[in-house]
Amino acid sequence: MLKILTERFRQGHRTLSDQAPPSLPSGYQGLPVLSSERCEEGCTSCAEVCPTGAVSPGPLLDLGACLFCGECARACPEGAISFGKDHRMAVRSRSDLVLTGQELKLAEALEARSRQLFGRSLKLRQVSAGGCNACEAEINVLSTVVFDLGRFGVQVVASPRHADGLIVTGPVSQNMREALLKTYQAVPEPRLVIAVGACATAGGPYRDHPEVESGVGGILPVDLFIPGCPPHPLTILDGLLRLLGRRGVG
Amino acid sequence: MIVKLSEIPRLDMHEWRGTCRHGRLAALTLWQGELLAVLVRPEGLVVRATRVEEEYPSLTPDLPSAQALERALFEEHGLRPVGHPWLKPLRRLRDGGQFYRVRGPQVHEVAVGPVHAGVIEPGHFRFQCNGEHVLHLEIALGYQHRGVERALVGGPSRRSIHYAETAAGDSSIAHATCYSELCEELAGVQASRRARAVRMVALELERLANHVGDLGALAGDVAFLPTASWCGRLRGAYLNLTAELCGNRFGRGLVRSGGVSVDLERIPALDTIRRDTQGAVEVLLANSWVRARFEDTGRLSLETARELGLVGPAARACGLPLDVRHELPQEDLPRPALCTAEGGDVMARALVRWQEVQASLDFLQQLELPSGELSREVGALAPAHLAVCLVEGWRGAVCHLAVTDDEGRFGRYQIVDPSMFNWPGLALAMRGQEISDFPLCNKSFNLSYCGHDL
Repeated sequence: MLKILTERFRQGHRTLSDQAPPSLPSGYQGLPVLSSERCEEGCTSCAEVCPTGAVSPGPLLDLGACLFCGECARACPEGAISFGKDHRMAVRSRSDLVLTGQELKLAEALEARSRQLFGRSLKLRQVSAGGCNACEAEINVLSTVVFDLGRFGVQVVASPRHADGLIVTGPVSQNMREALLKTYQAVPEPRLVIAVGACATAGGPYRDHPEVESGVGGILPVDLFIPGCPPHPLTILDGLLRLLGRRGVG
Repeated sequence: MIVKLSEIPRLDMHEWRGTCRHGRLAALTLWQGELLAVLVRPEGLVVRATRVEEEYPSLTPDLPSAQALERALFEEHGLRPVGHPWLKPLRRLRDGGQFYRVRGPQVHEVAVGPVHAGVIEPGHFRFQCNGEHVLHLEIALGYQHRGVERALVGGPSRRSIHYAETAAGDSSIAHATCYSELCEELAGVQASRRARAVRMVALELERLANHVGDLGALAGDVAFLPTASWCGRLRGAYLNLTAELCGNRFGRGLVRSGGVSVDLERIPALDTIRRDTQGAVEVLLANSWVRARFEDTGRLSLETARELGLVGPAARACGLPLDVRHELPQEDLPRPALCTAEGGDVMARALVRWQEVQASLDFLQQLELPSGELSREVGALAPAHLAVCLVEGWRGAVCHLAVTDDEGRFGRYQIVDPSMFNWPGLALAMRGQEISDFPLCNKSFNLSYCGHDL
C-alpha cells in the first residue's frame, strides 16, 4: 500500500489545464490554409495526388474527406495549400467543411433548449462502424486523467438507453449499418449524432467503396462533424465543448 | 521475399498438403487456378503451389491454423475446402449467422455485440454457458469489412498506402512498413539503412504505446485503478513521441515506399518516461490480488498455441519463441531481444508485454542511427511476380502478399493481420472459465477487429 501511495505521489498531477495553450507536436498538420490568389489557372497538381478527391483546383478543400496526408501541399508548385497549426476544426454542418479560403465556420453551440438539457451533462454512446481503432483510441484518450472529459460533464456510457447521443466512427460498413440504426433508435429523444474522423464524415480512404456507406451523414442526421485521420484528442474535445457552448466563438 | 510466378515450386495436392505442415502457415491465396501457401521456416520464407479446380481437400482438419484463410478463399473465390469443419462466412454477414450450440437442461446462451459496452470495435461473441461456467465461445466477426483487399487490386494507387495505414489503425506503422517493403521488393530496391532504422524506431514506439496501454487496461479490468490511470496517460505520452517524429500520433504519413517522409535527428530522450512506466507496471505486477486474478486465468497450452498458429505476444506467452524480428531478421540492423514466458495465462501475457516494453526501450536507448538517404526512387513493379513481407507488429506477425499481373499491377493482394490466427486462441482460452473473466481474457489478447475483417 505504501508503495502504491509513493508511486502515486511520484507520478504527479497530469491533467491538462483547460485554459493552457494546446501542446501540439512540432510536425502537427492542422487546419489547412488556402491561398486562392496563388492558384495557377489550369493547374491540377493538387487534385491529381489527393487520395480521396478532397481537393480540387481553386483550391477547394473538403475538410471532411481530408486525410491530412499533406500530399496536396507538397504537390502544389505555388504553395497555395499549407497545413497550419490550428487544431480547432469541428463544424455543425457538412457544407461548412468545404474550405474555399474563407475562415472556417466553427461549430456553434446547440440551441437553448438542447443546451439546457445537455449543457451540464452529456452522455454519449460510442459506435464504431468500420473504424480502424485510431479514432476510437483518441476518443478513449479523452477519458484518461490527461483530458479528464468527466470534469466537463461529458461521459461515454455503456448503453444507448443511458445516452443523449451517439459518437460514430468509421465509414459505416454495410455490415454495421443495421446495428448502428438499432443503437440510434435505442437512444431516447432528443438525441445527438457526432461524426468523428474522415471515415465517419465522408468515408475516409473507403469513400465510394460498395462495402461502406461513405459516412454516417447519409443515414443519420449529424449534429457535429470532427475532421481528422484521426482527429487529435484536442480537436475532439474542442468540438464537444463548442457544441455545449463552453467555448467562445472563434 | 520475392519470386517469379513461373519459378514457384509446383507440387501435386498430396505433396503440397504435406509440405504445408512443415513450418508456420503465414498466408494462403489463389491465383490463376493455383493455391499458393506461404510458410515461415527456419531457413526463411517459402512458397509452394498446387493446381486446384473448384474444390480441394481442406487443410484445416490437419492444420487448424488454416481455418480462417480457407474460409476467406471460399468466400472470395468460391474455392471449396472439402471437409472444413465449420465453413461459415468470415466477413460477409447473412441472417445473423449460424452458431455451434450446446444443448442440455442447464445450458444457456449469452450473446454479446456487435456493439459493445466500451469504446471498442464491433464483433459478436456467443457463449454457451452452464451457469457462470463457459463451455464454448464462438467469435463471429465481419462487421468491420470495408473491402480493403479488393480495393488494393489494380494498384498501387493513391489510396494504397492509406489502406495499409488504416487496415488496423493501431498498427499503422507495422502495416505501412509491410506494404512499403513489399513494393520495394517488387521494384527491386531497398530502402536505405537509415530509413529502415527510422521505421524500426516508429515500430517500437507503436509497440510501446500499445503494450503500455494494454497493461493499463488489464489493470483497469481487475479494478487496480492506479496503474490503469498512469498507463492511460503513458500510452498517450508514447503516442506523442511518434507525433514528434512525424506530426501524427499513429505515425501516419511517415512510412512510404522507398523510405520515410521525415528524418529523425536523434532518438528521443526516454529516461523519464521509462521511469514512469516502470513505476506504474511494477506496482501492478507486485500486487498480490492482481496476481491472484491474472494467474491461471485464460490459460492456453503450448500445443494449442502451436496448432492454432498463434503469433505475437499471445504465442510467446505460451513459450513459443516466434518473433519475425528474429525469425527473418534484417541482418544489417540491431533488434530488440526476444521475450517469452511460460504458462499461457493472463499473467504470462502481461509479463511478456512488460518484458517487451523493457526490450524495446533498451533497443531504442542503445540504437545509433546509421547514415543514408531518406528515400529512394521506387520504379515500376516487376510483372508476374509474387512477393511476401512480414513485419513483427505489436500484436504479432503482420503479413502482406502481392501477386503482380503481366502489367506489374497488383493482381492479388492479401493482408494477414496477426488477429486472423489469434482470435481462436481467445475462444479456446475461455473454455472452462467463468464468463465474468471474459473482459480480462479479451484484454489480455487485445485483437484487432478491422485487421481481421479488412
